[in-house]
Amino acid sequence: MTAADPLFSGSGLTLAVFLIVLIKVVVAFAVLMGAVTMMIWFERKAISDMQSRIGPNRVGPWGLLQTLADGIKLFFKEDLIPAESDRFVFKLAPYLVVVPAFLIFAVIPVGGMVTIAHHTFQLQVADPPMGILLVLACSGIAVYGVMLAGWASGSKYPLMSSVRASAQMVSYEAALGMNVVTVLLLCNSLSTRDIVNAQGGAFWHWNLIRTGIVPFVLFLIAATAELNRPPFDVVEADSELVGGFNTEYSSIRFALFYLAEFMNTITMSAVMVTLFFGGPAGPIPNIPHLRWVFPILWFTAKVVAFCFMYIWFRAALPRMRYDQLMDLGWKKLIPLSLAWMLLVAAAIISWRWALVALAAVVLGWSGLTWAFELGAERELADDAVLPTIGQRPLPGWELRHITDGDEDWEMDESDEDADSDEEVEA
Amino acid sequence: MTSLLATVAIPDLLVFLLGALLCLVGAVSILTVKNPVHAALSLVMTLFGIAVLFIELQADFLAAVQIIVYAGAIVVLFLFVIMFLGVDREEDLAVEPIVGQRPLAAVLITALMASIVALGLVGHFEVGPATQTGMLHGGAGNVADLGRSVFTTYLFAFEATAGLLIIAVVGAVVLARRNNPDDHVAESQVEELA
Repeated sequence: MTAADPLFSGSGLTLAVFLIVLIKVVVAFAVLMGAVTMMIWFERKAISDMQSRIGPNRVGPWGLLQTLADGIKLFFKEDLIPAESDRFVFKLAPYLVVVPAFLIFAVIPVGGMVTIAHHTFQLQVADPPMGILLVLACSGIAVYGVMLAGWASGSKYPLMSSVRASAQMVSYEAALGMNVVTVLLLCNSLSTRDIVNAQGGAFWHWNLIRTGIVPFVLFLIAATAELNRPPFDVVEADSELVGGFNTEYSSIRFALFYLAEFMNTITMSAVMVTLFFGGPAGPIPNIPHLRWVFPILWFTAKVVAFCFMYIWFRAALPRMRYDQLMDLGWKKLIPLSLAWMLLVAAAIISWRWALVALAAVVLGWSGLTWAFELGAERELADDAVLPTIGQRPLPGWELRHITDGDEDWEMDESDEDADSDEEVEA
Repeated sequence: MTSLLATVAIPDLLVFLLGALLCLVGAVSILTVKNPVHAALSLVMTLFGIAVLFIELQADFLAAVQIIVYAGAIVVLFLFVIMFLGVDREEDLAVEPIVGQRPLAAVLITALMASIVALGLVGHFEVGPATQTGMLHGGAGNVADLGRSVFTTYLFAFEATAGLLIIAVVGAVVLARRNNPDDHVAESQVEELA
């Protein structure tokens, strides 16, 4: 069922096989690091274009080496550890963010098969049978980095940020996982290589089309929240939390957080390309000796498109309020993912079951809507056992009434312009 | 014992030792560290060790689920509560909250371990790596095997567990969020703000 890497099907672990694996790891690491510096430059340049600024233009041609200069500067800055901090956890946290960011990329197929010195192998660092689950596991571990960084700083705002981060990332992980399941239903395998192979051929074989686009949209929203990128970056809301969980970090530790953030953007784009856009699939012109290059080019082009989309999100969308974020995750994304998963599963069996599932979904949906309407009318009792977590000052409808109805009530809506610059300039 | 060691490949043995070490070190430090956050982190270490052991047994799916569910969600919620309720202070381990708790725990654990060892001696359990104990039945892969047994043989237990979890969630919501129609929290807050 799982087509393992042909590299290991030969006569065990020889020196050549070992070297190929080692080279794959080193190349993947180097390419990823290079890609991250380019990504940071790309984001700063694209955002400044969208905001009618010039952006980095001093170091190297078009400011290309700016990231390198920043990295070197950060490396030589003083490494501060706050007196109130938990020293061990404070030092550990950046690595808990960076290591999963690297690990996810290991299971992404970046190209087809390549033969070097009679050894045929996949262009992918590892192809474990649990493939795509490793992605979910790594994003689960990355939560710890953010949480512990905030807690270990021994400071008020980072702690609030880390509490937000833990709630947000755990909530959206559920929606993320559910949409992965919809893809797995069609591909019959957890291995990322099998998922890509199942989408071979023209673009209507891609899971984007086969699952009916909805799972992709839901996955995209959930992944953006999982990355803590705008418009879901309440974790790093500059206007409320200073700098978020990494406020107390400086020097190379701060650089690691920064690195991980952009690396996660790249890897999450790569995961989306793998799950929904056929990975390295695409037309291959018949050029001798160069056929293996085209899958890599297709893959890169798709990933860059997604990276650009994330940058665009950041420039275009205002940050969501925390309660809106939670409502979107729990009351919309999770039920919708569940409903669509049910529909796809039923449709795979037969169209009759699809109709039954459709009826069940409509019934469940109306029941849920009714329950939400009922819940929105309720007010919180003073003697509730615990104050609700992230308690909002006012119920949602009341807030909407104030913000939309009454002109003399001024809400602070300047968040959107403030946030997009600050971090890039940092 | 020597026959077992002779049949186990060196890489298998190393992976097993690593997993066992992670489990044991984590488990011991949960009990000995003073800070609750450090204890939760030690728990994560133990869970990782168990995941490594699952991989060694070729139960990839269980290993991934172990990380995703236990380390990625449950312990995160533990930490969430520890941080949010502000109980992340160091504790004095010399104080025994319930008198006689520790000797009792020692006795019970000894009994438990003894019964496990006794079961191992009396029953016919296959131990060792998957190369020795054989593959999972059917060989259709982890997910297919697990899914088939959960939705056929163990369907009742599975659905009962689901029901139990729903009841727990609904109960928690009812307890934490009581409705009081006489209370106009929102209106009083509007007045304050205005």
